[in-house]
Amino acid sequence: MIHYIIRRFLYAIPLLMGVNILTFVLFFIVNSPDDMARMQLGQKYVTGQAISNWKHQHGYDLPLLWNDTEKGEKKITRTIFYQKSAGLFMFRFGVSDSGRNIGADIQERMWPSLAIALPTLCVGLMVDISFALLMALFRGSYLERAGIVLCVILMSISSLFYIIGGQFFIAKLLRLVPISGYDDDMAAIKFLILPVLIGVISGVGSGVRWYRTLFLEEVEKDYVRTARAKGLSETQTLFRHVLRNALIPVLTGVVVILPLLFMGSLIMESFFSIPGLGSYTIDAINSQDFAIVRAMVFLGSVLYVLGLLLTDISYTLVDPRVRLS
Amino acid sequence: MSSFLSMKIQTYEVLLFLAVFLTACDVSPLNDPYPENESKLSILYQSFSERPKHLDPAVAYSENEYAFIAQIYEPPFQYHYLKRPYQLTPLTASKMPEINYLNKQGEKLGEDAKESDIAYTDYVIDIQPNIQYQPHPALAKNERGDYIYHHLTEAQIQSLNTLNDFKETGSRELTAEDYVYQIKRLANPKIQSPIAEIMKNYIVGFDDFSKQASDKQKTDIKNMPMSGVEAINRYRYSVRIKGKYPQFRFWLAMPFFSAMPWEADVFYDQSGLSDKNITLDWFPLGTGPYLLAENNPNRRMILLKNPLFHLEKYPSEGEPEDKQNGLLIDAGKRLPFIDKVEFMLEKETIPYWTKFLQGYYDASGISSDSFDQAVQFTGSGGVALTSSMKKKGVRMQTLVETSIFYMGFNMLDTTVGGDSERARKLRQAIAIAVDYEEYISIFRNGRGVVAQGVIPPGIFGYVEGKDGINSYSYDWVDGKPQRKKIDVARKLVAEAGYPDGIDPKTGEALILYFDTTSVSIDDRPTMNWYRKQFEKLGITLVIRATDYNRFQEKMRAGNEQIFVWGWNADYPDPENLFFLLYGANSKVKHGGENAVNYQNPEFDRLFELMRNMDNSEQRYRIIQKLQEIVRRDAPWVFGFYPKNFSLYHSWYSNLKPNSMANNRLKYTRIDPDARAEKRQAWNKPIFWPLALGGLLFVLMLLPAFNAYRRRARETLQ
Amino acid sequence: MAVLWTDALIYILIIVVAGLAIYMRGKEHIKRPLQKILRSKTGMASLVVLLFFVLIGLLDSVHFKPANNKNSEIISLLDYWATPLREHGEKTYSAPFATTLYSKEIMTLADGTLQWGYPRLKFGGGYLDDPDTQHVPDVLKKAGYGFAQGASLFGFFILCYLGVRRKPQGEKRQAFGLTRSSKSVLAVVAFLIVTTSYTLIYLSSYYHVLGTDKVGEDVFYQTVKSIRTGLVLGTLTTLIMLPMAIVFGILAGFFRGWVDDLIQYIYTTLNSIPGVLLIAASILMVQVYMANHEQQFTSVIMRADMRLLFLCLILGVTNWTGLCRLLRAETLKLREMEYVQAAQALGVKKSMILLRHILPNVMHIVLISVVLDFSSLVLAEAVLSYINIGVDPTTYSWGNMINGARLEMAREPIVWWSLSAAFVFMFALVLAANLFADTVQDAFDPRRSSD
Repeated sequence: MIHYIIRRFLYAIPLLMGVNILTFVLFFIVNSPDDMARMQLGQKYVTGQAISNWKHQHGYDLPLLWNDTEKGEKKITRTIFYQKSAGLFMFRFGVSDSGRNIGADIQERMWPSLAIALPTLCVGLMVDISFALLMALFRGSYLERAGIVLCVILMSISSLFYIIGGQFFIAKLLRLVPISGYDDDMAAIKFLILPVLIGVISGVGSGVRWYRTLFLEEVEKDYVRTARAKGLSETQTLFRHVLRNALIPVLTGVVVILPLLFMGSLIMESFFSIPGLGSYTIDAINSQDFAIVRAMVFLGSVLYVLGLLLTDISYTLVDPRVRLS
Repeated sequence: MSSFLSMKIQTYEVLLFLAVFLTACDVSPLNDPYPENESKLSILYQSFSERPKHLDPAVAYSENEYAFIAQIYEPPFQYHYLKRPYQLTPLTASKMPEINYLNKQGEKLGEDAKESDIAYTDYVIDIQPNIQYQPHPALAKNERGDYIYHHLTEAQIQSLNTLNDFKETGSRELTAEDYVYQIKRLANPKIQSPIAEIMKNYIVGFDDFSKQASDKQKTDIKNMPMSGVEAINRYRYSVRIKGKYPQFRFWLAMPFFSAMPWEADVFYDQSGLSDKNITLDWFPLGTGPYLLAENNPNRRMILLKNPLFHLEKYPSEGEPEDKQNGLLIDAGKRLPFIDKVEFMLEKETIPYWTKFLQGYYDASGISSDSFDQAVQFTGSGGVALTSSMKKKGVRMQTLVETSIFYMGFNMLDTTVGGDSERARKLRQAIAIAVDYEEYISIFRNGRGVVAQGVIPPGIFGYVEGKDGINSYSYDWVDGKPQRKKIDVARKLVAEAGYPDGIDPKTGEALILYFDTTSVSIDDRPTMNWYRKQFEKLGITLVIRATDYNRFQEKMRAGNEQIFVWGWNADYPDPENLFFLLYGANSKVKHGGENAVNYQNPEFDRLFELMRNMDNSEQRYRIIQKLQEIVRRDAPWVFGFYPKNFSLYHSWYSNLKPNSMANNRLKYTRIDPDARAEKRQAWNKPIFWPLALGGLLFVLMLLPAFNAYRRRARETLQ
Repeated sequence: MAVLWTDALIYILIIVVAGLAIYMRGKEHIKRPLQKILRSKTGMASLVVLLFFVLIGLLDSVHFKPANNKNSEIISLLDYWATPLREHGEKTYSAPFATTLYSKEIMTLADGTLQWGYPRLKFGGGYLDDPDTQHVPDVLKKAGYGFAQGASLFGFFILCYLGVRRKPQGEKRQAFGLTRSSKSVLAVVAFLIVTTSYTLIYLSSYYHVLGTDKVGEDVFYQTVKSIRTGLVLGTLTTLIMLPMAIVFGILAGFFRGWVDDLIQYIYTTLNSIPGVLLIAASILMVQVYMANHEQQFTSVIMRADMRLLFLCLILGVTNWTGLCRLLRAETLKLREMEYVQAAQALGVKKSMILLRHILPNVMHIVLISVVLDFSSLVLAEAVLSYINIGVDPTTYSWGNMINGARLEMAREPIVWWSLSAAFVFMFALVLAANLFADTVQDAFDPRRSSD
């Protein structure tokens, strides 16, 4: 087990390198350091001197990938790529192009992101599973068919409509919650109700359908028939056996996305002006702040790899037949 | 079954909780985005849509940054809040600056000296004694008189998170040396002040100082002398300017020239602090009426009243109508009135506007989309609030800004540019065809005034009425300017060699290129509109939309053809607008602000003449000549001067629009009780749809429950 | 005739689909699921709706340069037929079927006095003398005409069909696999579509059926034009990613070893980059490319088309990994099958095994994922446009419409028609696609093939 985990971590290194090189190349095809300087320096009275000063201060006055003027290993280390990448692997994200420390910002913005993502996930899971169970319970009846149709309908609506509609009806017309914003601690709850609600509803269509297939697959298995033959009631089999067994794929499915919850939701956060990592990323894209974009991409990849690892581990934990090697 | 029951019980609990929750809501509206205990305090709620990049007064140069730092830092002078035209008054200075003209030898000249004799000008500024800085850890001293936090240990820095984690704070008196120090900071290349490149042309010794400082530590510049700037004594300093540059007094009212204690740089320069985001850019240190208490650009920024703010009183004179408008009620009272200002981050317009209507923002601009809701045009062409706004007690102010939006032709371009008659006619034709009246009415809902020349109203040289119109695209009909008919423009195009807009070279419609940074969907109607304007002349307009950087690059290389740009005057003087067309400021050749690369020797000669004059009859005449040249050559299609509409609620008072003064907050006043009352009345939650929805859901579940019961019975058999 | 890049790809796609259809005609294992689809009522209904959308999209994909136009812009067949809609712009917002603008304005009356009121529209019901009394009856009358004409058109088709059907003694038709019930569903859906669209078209030459937007452009026209964008994104993305996913997926599964490692490395790397960031960077790149090669993109429509194509490409690159992984897993399973083992033992060439035995047996997975992806791609477009990294702002698309309409929700009275129009059309397409995908999935699911 330990060996496996160590190996997976080692495997992650070339992966992260690849990600890093890819983002670096993509970004610098688009932007030269001069562009970045100009972007940050504003509009009026920008001179060449000011630009080269900026580049020097932010370390963008080196060659991109290969430094011919230096000797030995410095040919590689004295480049923008090396200087900006080395820190990432130690989770030192450095300073953004607009002058703020990225690590500190990420730490601060992580919590609001979690504050929407986690409740959305939990409530969503509960709602999805209970509806899916209901549908499994009524399988074959008109209720199930109506449920499926409803799910497909819900799935076919763009998430933008849920957000726009929710804000319009609940916050603007009915004045039940603040339309947007965020606050610290418990005061955040009133701001979170609407985004969480919308998050849950927009996911309910596909969620219920997915869990329903899981449950139905389980229901068709032999042991269920045996249990029913033994005299257990429909509900008893459903809750005692089907639910328990179906929970394995449910849980492992959740584990994959757990780490990624930190990344936040891009659109939800900017619509509700929640100061999380999602809106941080969007702002960075819009202001072409390369340092932040790279830090976020790196973080995203790390969390993705972590998610894969956690999934594997959780498989062994819930299902003793699976062995990691 | 049991689980089903327990679920039901839970539902009851939830309902019970909801009921309690609902009855509790009479106290504070459910949708109040602020903590409940705040509603009765004198807090002003504002918003910002993008976090300010810099709060260092040497670097900050944009509107959204000034919204903060103009309340925190104080330059020696300010614009009078009520008087028009804009007028400078002392802020921390005790009187207006003493201005001495000097010749090359440094001998003093009389006030009426000829401009050619004047080699230098000395500005001598006296500041008031007993002005204190805001309490700040950088100024904290122990009993022995040593600064406590100037030599932080690594462990100390590790334990910090924000500036508020420093326990001790201190203050000291403002001295003339602090103003001198700030000018040195402007010259320091490490600080990258955006005006350093301009100032080196004016302030004596500025450039030399820059060069010397380039390899020094930030904190070393304190003791390095700058030859043109010196502190004469504790409360008096002087700045020596090359030649005669009367506009310099306006610069002295901008935050660039505010006071900065040297302690700030020493304190913030300690390594490790910047990793905690504790820098001068984020935590300012000034003498102004407010201090920045919380800086969380991800969510909100809070200004608190500076407890040590010096005595400043509300002005007791203004324009005649100010008295009627109640702007003089507070005359002579001590500033500021508001205790706390909360700036909330608000990116989307819908929530912003909705919150304003709900009373959670005290003032709002009007976006084009909420315009119809707020404003209607009256019969005489004026504007008034709609009845729904009036019912809420909302009031409105309008102000034509000292800015201009124009469509520029790249004068280096072979088709539209150059001094040839052919190109000039084409430009004049386009100037007629692009109907900015329609633009203003469609895209700005009338929030603009069509520009007839370079100078916006409110600045010396602006002419209203018949004499002020652009005779190349307008006629004076029935007492108002009327755009020339499109046939005139078509004729001009034909004379330019493109009959019906057909390019004889290709035999197809002439193709012109419009360069823009408008890549978002919201700009599509605008771009379509521009295309339609050119279609009137039979010309095809191709939109080349690129991101901001690409656009800038094109502008620098002179590869653009037609573009739209704006300029916001730094100070109320025509020089700050005409220099945008001055040949020596050409963008491609000199990297200056003359984006159209316009070059006309006669214009340049007159401009040089006009530049340093005091406002006089003669200056006025030269300005009119300049206007005429530009109108004829048409390097710009004068677009419009934007008009700013702002709305504010009845409880927010003492507001007068002022496009020059940035430090308006200290004059304004809030009536929190009236606000709390209105908010309560406007935000009664509506519950019945919720109840209805719940009922429908239960009804939907009912057949399910029945079916389940039937099924359970079946299995028992 | 002018061919845009996306047009060309659409033509290729049609050829490919036609080729596949001919190839699969005689295959028994394909025939059975196909028949199942044909028997399914929802499947047939959604298929008809989809085909209708595809038809509009195809009409919009045939571009040419109008003869009597000195403008260098090219238009499509759809534009040609909708010329009145394109040209009948109003000044600003007007509600569906309205005869006046949506907001009050100062109007100069005939006698020169000024009045504060709702100005009449130039085209929407412009021929009515007294809109107050004539408006509603006129709309109803026109709707009735439109409906009647649509219905008679449909009736004509049916008669033709019956006439054709008589001749080959009804036998060949049976092979087509349509049952009686699915036929009637088909007829009902087709009837609804033909009559409503005919009514709408008929009405739209007199009124703005779905109102006008901020600059007075007809919303109905915008919505219809958006269909092509949705379809292009949904289909071309798949076309672009398919070769990559199939080749890599099968190779990884079949050869294992270092090939497998390499391919897995590539797709895990791509997968671990947050998709939005990758798309944002690539879109920026396209803009730079276009800025540097301006002379190649002289017309607006070509620039927009290029961006659309690139968006498909990028979405393809970010999307292929899912299918690739599925195919790899399936191939791993297949290569252990006896007949594959046997083929290998007999020394059949590897390329032959891949082509003959592996590829045909994973095709059902490809098909299912293609239909499943379609709807999610259409939905994704809206979201991407929201953060300005979607299609070009000059392209008509539902995402762009929603974004433009976002602010309209804050108006009072609210301007609801742009958003609703985009919603209804998009919903119809995605719902049809989802239902069809379900049917396909059911049909190809081996576990359910028994019933």
